[in-house]
Amino acid sequence: MTIRIQFQVDRGDFHLDVDVDVQQRGITAVFGPSGCGKTTLLRAIAGLDRYSNGFLQIGDQVWQSDTKFVPPHRRALGYVFQESSLFPHLTVIRNLEYGYSRVPEDKQKIDMDTAVELLEIGGILHRFPVNLSGGEQQRVAIARAILSSPTLLLMDEPLGSLDLPRKLEILPFIDALHRELGIPVIYVSHDRDEVARLADNMLLMSNGQMVAIGKVNAMLTRIDLPLIHGDQAESVINAVVSGHDPEYQLTSLDSSAGRISVTGNKLPVNTSVRLRILARDVSLTLARQKDTSILNIFPATVDGIVPEGNAQVTVRLLVNDTPLLARITRKSADNLELRPGMRVYAQTKSVALLA
Amino acid sequence: MTGYEDWSALVITLQLALISTAILLLLGTPFAWWLARSEWRYKFLLEAIVALPLVLPPTVLGFYLLVTFSPSGPIGQWTVASGIGSLAFTFSGLVAGSVIYSLPFVVQPLQDAFRTIGPRPMEVAATLRASPLDRFLTIAIPLARPGFITAIVLGFAHTLGEFGVVLMIGGNIPGETRVISIAIYDHVEMMEYQEAHWLSGGLLMLCFLMLTLVYWINRTFRIMLK
Repeated sequence: MTIRIQFQVDRGDFHLDVDVDVQQRGITAVFGPSGCGKTTLLRAIAGLDRYSNGFLQIGDQVWQSDTKFVPPHRRALGYVFQESSLFPHLTVIRNLEYGYSRVPEDKQKIDMDTAVELLEIGGILHRFPVNLSGGEQQRVAIARAILSSPTLLLMDEPLGSLDLPRKLEILPFIDALHRELGIPVIYVSHDRDEVARLADNMLLMSNGQMVAIGKVNAMLTRIDLPLIHGDQAESVINAVVSGHDPEYQLTSLDSSAGRISVTGNKLPVNTSVRLRILARDVSLTLARQKDTSILNIFPATVDGIVPEGNAQVTVRLLVNDTPLLARITRKSADNLELRPGMRVYAQTKSVALLA
Repeated sequence: MTGYEDWSALVITLQLALISTAILLLLGTPFAWWLARSEWRYKFLLEAIVALPLVLPPTVLGFYLLVTFSPSGPIGQWTVASGIGSLAFTFSGLVAGSVIYSLPFVVQPLQDAFRTIGPRPMEVAATLRASPLDRFLTIAIPLARPGFITAIVLGFAHTLGEFGVVLMIGGNIPGETRVISIAIYDHVEMMEYQEAHWLSGGLLMLCFLMLTLVYWINRTFRIMLK
């Protein structure tokens, strides 16, 4: 499904200028610092705010054009707000039914049992929102949104009001939404970690402008984007569990970058996972090291080098076309005489399993 | 003991309060909603007008209403020409006066209640396919319940105790425009303290019970919500 989004908003000291076609599959994160226009964009897509200069098409349905504005209640969308937005005068089940009952029966794509089971809220259906924890409230809000059978689910920092344990509790549920239900999601976040864990695509925003859009790993490793700078510079690699080494408690995974070993052996074979490799955990050698403690060593080609402050550089590598970042000192880069096109070995000290 | 005329005054008072409250709710709800939501820059003018009966001596209000309702007054000319006749010294005139007199007691609690809800629940309902009227009925009104209860009881009780406006535009016609507060006044004038006690005590108890009920219900509702 293609989503065509065009908005030019001039509101006093705030400007929003987005013109993009999103090939919407999975989760697209709208990422950027607070106040960069992410929520404005999301509200414009939902039709909660009306801007005259806009064009919006979801699949074959035009929601807004010069001559047309479909009001939000006629748009097949789901919206999850940052703070709990459950109706306080209704029990959980009646909150869920609120949207569900307003969708014509032949258009109901998700039934009550599926949603209740997916978000594990069967035990709290008859409680009032005031008696739920923050995490439970947000799970109910997500279930309520998907029960209105949206063709597009909009989430505005749905974990923003939760502490870290609650966040980690909810992330798998959001991940399951598009995996199990196939609902495309636009997910607004200023939390890089959330984006790295969840998103397939990333739309990067700054000062109301769209900076770039693309696959998450491509975006995280682009030399021309600010994401490559800072302590958190990272590469994200999709992989599939291929086997276990019970003796050493290791799991081996297949990825586009080759075979990768991580500690632990809990995940069943064929599980799809996402791996994160921080740039500062990757070092480079010109020859393959035999006597090293590093398990994961990738033969790679240097693709580009950008300075990071005065003392360091970030090297963008390609491992079978999969981008990988390495953060090394400028001195080391000079000693190794690194330049684009060179063959090197990337030694990764640590690989983290996300979600 | 109270006589037939006192009972008739009681019935008229209750009728007046009921009808006025009903009209006030019908007119006041959409008006309060608009006041709570509108960003019109001159809205404060309307808010000041709504609040006028709070501070104005009822006799002033009654005087202007009497002038307006009289056959040569702006509304009187129209009502006489259209065959309704003058509203002065009629029950309909009393209702019209009460509606204006009790307006702030209904509009202000509703406006506060709607403002307290904020825009978010209505937006959520919109994303859940509820049309504007649908979400007003299923979200705004239930969430504004404390405001409605306050508005109903204050509007009703305030009309019960109306004196100055009634005296000016209603006269004191037994069985037509003679309400309890005026009956009490008459009894006192004639040194009939026994009857005045009965009516005053009854009115005191009624108002106290209604207000107690409001505060109790609203307290329960707030506990449920927060």
